[in-house]
Amino acid sequence: MVITQAPRIVTSRLGYDDSHTLERYLATGGYEGLRKTLGMTPEAVAAQVDAASLLGRGGAGFPAGRKWSMLRKAPTSYLVVNGDESEPATFKDHLLVERDPHQLVEGVVIAAYALQVSQAFIYLRGEFALGLERVQAAVNEAYAHGAIGKDIFGSGFSVDLVVHPGAGAYICGEETALLESLEGKRGFPRIKPPYFPAVIGLYGEPTVVNNVETLSNLPWIVTNGGAAFAALGEGRSTGTRLFALAGHVRNPGVFEIEMAKTTFRDLIYAPVLGGGISGGRELKAIIPGGVSAPWFGPEHLDLPLDQDAVGQAGSMLGSGSIVVMDETTCMVKAAWRITRFFWRESCGECTPCREGSGWLEKILHRIENGEGREDDLELLMDACDNLAPGVSWPPQQTTICVLGSSIPSSIASAIRMFRDDFLLHIKEGGCPHV
Amino acid sequence: MSTHLSPQILARANELVALYPHPRSALIPICHLAQEQDGWLKPEAIEEIAELLGLTAAEVLGTASFYDMLHTEPVGKYLVSVCTNIACMLRGAYELLEHAETRLDVHPGGTTPDGEFTLEDAECLADCGRAPCLQVNHRFFGDVTPERFDQLVEDLSAGRLADEVPQHGTLNRVRRTIGLDVDGQTLVAERTAMADAMAGRANTPQSDAGTGAAGKGQD
Repeated sequence: MVITQAPRIVTSRLGYDDSHTLERYLATGGYEGLRKTLGMTPEAVAAQVDAASLLGRGGAGFPAGRKWSMLRKAPTSYLVVNGDESEPATFKDHLLVERDPHQLVEGVVIAAYALQVSQAFIYLRGEFALGLERVQAAVNEAYAHGAIGKDIFGSGFSVDLVVHPGAGAYICGEETALLESLEGKRGFPRIKPPYFPAVIGLYGEPTVVNNVETLSNLPWIVTNGGAAFAALGEGRSTGTRLFALAGHVRNPGVFEIEMAKTTFRDLIYAPVLGGGISGGRELKAIIPGGVSAPWFGPEHLDLPLDQDAVGQAGSMLGSGSIVVMDETTCMVKAAWRITRFFWRESCGECTPCREGSGWLEKILHRIENGEGREDDLELLMDACDNLAPGVSWPPQQTTICVLGSSIPSSIASAIRMFRDDFLLHIKEGGCPHV
Repeated sequence: MSTHLSPQILARANELVALYPHPRSALIPICHLAQEQDGWLKPEAIEEIAELLGLTAAEVLGTASFYDMLHTEPVGKYLVSVCTNIACMLRGAYELLEHAETRLDVHPGGTTPDGEFTLEDAECLADCGRAPCLQVNHRFFGDVTPERFDQLVEDLSAGRLADEVPQHGTLNRVRRTIGLDVDGQTLVAERTAMADAMAGRANTPQSDAGTGAAGKGQD
């Protein structure tokens, strides 16, 4: 078992009850990274982030430094923080915005300086009422402290930061849908190309969209240097990362772990982490990176929590959420519930997703409820094939965004790994797990 | 201008409009404000929001109707959202939802006859470390057992949680209080000056501006 002594980069203050206040933040090194930043050139700050090899923590894992370098030069450009955390079983940004909002604010100002933008927005999931209050309070405090606004700490650099509430729509986590939403419209993803808002983003201007956790790493990276961050982890998976562990474990929660050094087994079974399966039962399957990810069985437990290793094994680390399902879990019901989620959250823009998700939900629902037909498994896979031709990994896309092509993952996994479970439902006319 | 939205709400709405480079961006935040006043989005509120933003009522409704948290029909004083997504489901969410239906005597989507409670079957609320979880008016409650649910309903009915759980619609009780002067004209002037200063600082030739804004027709 390897649980490293890596520093806590984004969760260092969580032991304090008042971790969200400016007072605590300043007493624990807060805004020192920003002061250091303002003494560097913007290019030097970006170079540190590049050297850190910081991969985006939102789900796609795109290198933050590269994303920044793609920002088209223009008189007006924007920085937008994606805090619309809605991927099922992902609850790390929720923790960061409620418990260390100043760290996020500092990260935003550092990024704004590196990118030389004068207007930033934090788009927070609407359901995070406390998070919205905490982040707005932090912004107010940071303004009063001189860390946001005009002439920050006397440096001549200025940036304004607006906290913007969402209103309940999973799709707004997709960055182009988020920008539409921030413009006051329905959250419909934009047609690609352009693939990156860095070319055409908010109000048609170049825009960088970064995740909450990604930016929360910046104060540490600037203070300690990109090389210190890159020294943690392995290969491209550098630094630490927040893993959200949920489902049938004794200690569900968010854990900050050094990338690539710890395995799924460690995370789930180590007493200081997941603490093992509830009731000492056996593991049946895990969902390794959000509900868009293909599932793993017990044979994958020794894989490291490494973006590339998990990718090579046929799934993804995605949003860093891991759902543990024990031997008592009905896999038909699990696949149905995930599909129901996609059906409810499909924005309705593209036909394969809007219609396909509903078809799949209906078929899974009838199997779970004893009305499954003999050819239903074939029908399911056929409908999946229409959404993501070949039902391969990574999936082929038939829709504007990846929501639609993500739907088949759990269904295909469940059928591939637990075909007998499905057949038993159909044969016995109901769920054997009830 | 008609006067459905109170002067206080209107003043805050105007502050919000001034925060954004384009007024329409304030649409969702202002819809939340209207819900703070009424609990839901009344047609007369939609009319006034449209007027405020230079849009049609259809544009406001067309946007608002996309979002789960914006209600175009009345909801109860307390909106109880029980998460039933995968992480909560594995830890008893459907049993909890069933209990909630019995206790409140409504199905998901329904409101109790006294207008106190609306029950919702919610998607993942991002509190899976305390599954099963629920929200009341978007305030979190975790590790909810049927017994704790009953206690919660009693406490809410008795007004014992008034501080933690404001009436439905009150989302963010912290107003922006500082920074670029939060009143219309000053803010716009400051924002423009700041952007100009930054553009000069970045030393970007105008010819590099590209065609990003072309065809967007923003405001």
